[in-house]
Amino acid sequence: MTDVLEQLPKDPILERRELVKAVSARTLRRRSLTSKGMVGLCALAFVLALVPLVAILYSLVSKGLHWWSREFFTTSPAVPSIGNPNNVGGFANAIVGTLVIIGLATLLAIPVGLLAGLLVAESDSRFARMLRSTAEIMTGLPSILLGIFAYTVLVIGGEKWGITFPTIGYSGIAGAFAIGVLMVPIIMKASEASLRSVPQVVKEAGLALGARRSVVARRIIVPTALPGLITSVLLAVSRGVGETAPLIWVVGASIYNPLTWNPHHPMSAIPMMIWLNYNSPYPGFQDSAWGIALFLVVVVLFLNLGCRLLAAFIQRERR
Amino acid sequence: MSETISTAAPESVAAAEDFRPLPKAMRLQDVAVSFSGKQAVRDVTFDVPEKRVTSLIGPSGSGKTTLLRALNRLHDLTKGATVEGTLLLGETDIYKGGIPPTLLRTRVGMVFQRPNPFPTMSIYDNVVSGLRFNGIRKRAVLQEAAESALLGAALWDRVKDRLKAHASTLSGGEQQRLCIARALAVEPEVLLMDEPTSALDPISTKRIEELIGELKDRVTIVIVTHNMQQAARVSDQCAFLLMGEDGAGHQVEVAATQKLFSEPDDPRTLDYIHGRFG
Repeated sequence: MTDVLEQLPKDPILERRELVKAVSARTLRRRSLTSKGMVGLCALAFVLALVPLVAILYSLVSKGLHWWSREFFTTSPAVPSIGNPNNVGGFANAIVGTLVIIGLATLLAIPVGLLAGLLVAESDSRFARMLRSTAEIMTGLPSILLGIFAYTVLVIGGEKWGITFPTIGYSGIAGAFAIGVLMVPIIMKASEASLRSVPQVVKEAGLALGARRSVVARRIIVPTALPGLITSVLLAVSRGVGETAPLIWVVGASIYNPLTWNPHHPMSAIPMMIWLNYNSPYPGFQDSAWGIALFLVVVVLFLNLGCRLLAAFIQRERR
Repeated sequence: MSETISTAAPESVAAAEDFRPLPKAMRLQDVAVSFSGKQAVRDVTFDVPEKRVTSLIGPSGSGKTTLLRALNRLHDLTKGATVEGTLLLGETDIYKGGIPPTLLRTRVGMVFQRPNPFPTMSIYDNVVSGLRFNGIRKRAVLQEAAESALLGAALWDRVKDRLKAHASTLSGGEQQRLCIARALAVEPEVLLMDEPTSALDPISTKRIEELIGELKDRVTIVIVTHNMQQAARVSDQCAFLLMGEDGAGHQVEVAATQKLFSEPDDPRTLDYIHGRFG
């Protein structure tokens, strides 16, 4: 090997060193211009992506904020009249309705979604693979279909496909079911990703100590992935809060749904209220939809923010 | 091939080479590196003699890698990292001399702990990537450089018939030599190596160590190593760093390797090389 090196003329190396120096210096201006141009394009794309968001926030605040009052949040819709067209009351029934529906839906979706997420993250069985593809299809399913499904099996109920379903009518329960089914695959996919990000070596360290897989899952994998699991749930919640289409089918699509905590009754929900108000013949209702929409955006924004803060907090506590 | 590897200290320190008359590839004067205001390494002052191998040794946390990464400003990529003191490449101050970091890095190359060939590129494309990044497109130049660099990295015979193959088809040791070839292709003046054998088996390690000896004619080498036998085997000059009470690494002693390993001036150096701490 030394022979080869000695036979190598030394000059080509020095020549090449000079060439690299010269060419890289000569092309530096072009390269840094290209670089700056690309950074500029990235910034431009970022701004473009921001435009719709800012536009939405601006129009919501400018048209919706003046509706915000104590009465708006604490009373149910009133009945406007020709003499008093802006007597629309509030949407407290929808706030309570959303709390109940989303609460129940989350209770339903968390165990199913997280356990299924753990299964598809940890198992490579045929069943797990099937479940994963099903979840992927489910996340792409138009949400209105879930509404039709819940409407068929719970609102109408009765004898179908050889099964007898309960007939519970337009109700918060039916809404929670539809939204819960919608949330499951979201939780499942997001939690799978965070469970998979737990390093294999850490799992193997547990197994090498004689721990059963269930113990490794409970004591090592889940705690390590916890911030991601919380994020996956809150992601699904903030998605569920904004869902409208399935609810229109199953909770009773009326502005005057009662203000109640009882999920057996027809209930209102915030996003549905926006749609109903906008479709009302009364200009007052139509305009107050902006106020409700602004509230919905604020709620979703805080959910996302809270979810990030919580995950960051847990991450920091661990250090 | 290099002679048998020996870790025994030479009989006489008089045999230790005197680097003072040699030209200096790099000069470090009161160098300190901080992360977000907290010093990671400080008070480093030594010269890197041209066409010699300088090793940086010391326990974990003594700032070896930090110092190494300051030498080609890879450091700039770390948020909050600042460098004080004077760092000269030839006559150019690499931080205050106005040289763009991208140009500096063609002159001061780097080989990392783990082999990191570009996964989507062939062996050939990996080797010439540095030249292409710098705007060199001529095929003849690229081919000549690839052959020369692969010969220099003792990989030519192994890969000359399959230059279009993916880099991932090589073994770990071969991948590391590919990374050395890739660094060599732009003909840097200085080659930084950050524990280049720590992820390799003993035979691959031995070949890399032999390679370092052969490359001395071509490029000045600064190598970080955890392995003191390796420092003794491959380097001509050795810098010993240690973490101080303040949590910052600092230079304890810099000397010809033979001297440092047989008659160090500082008792802490002796303790460290005899494995009494660290």
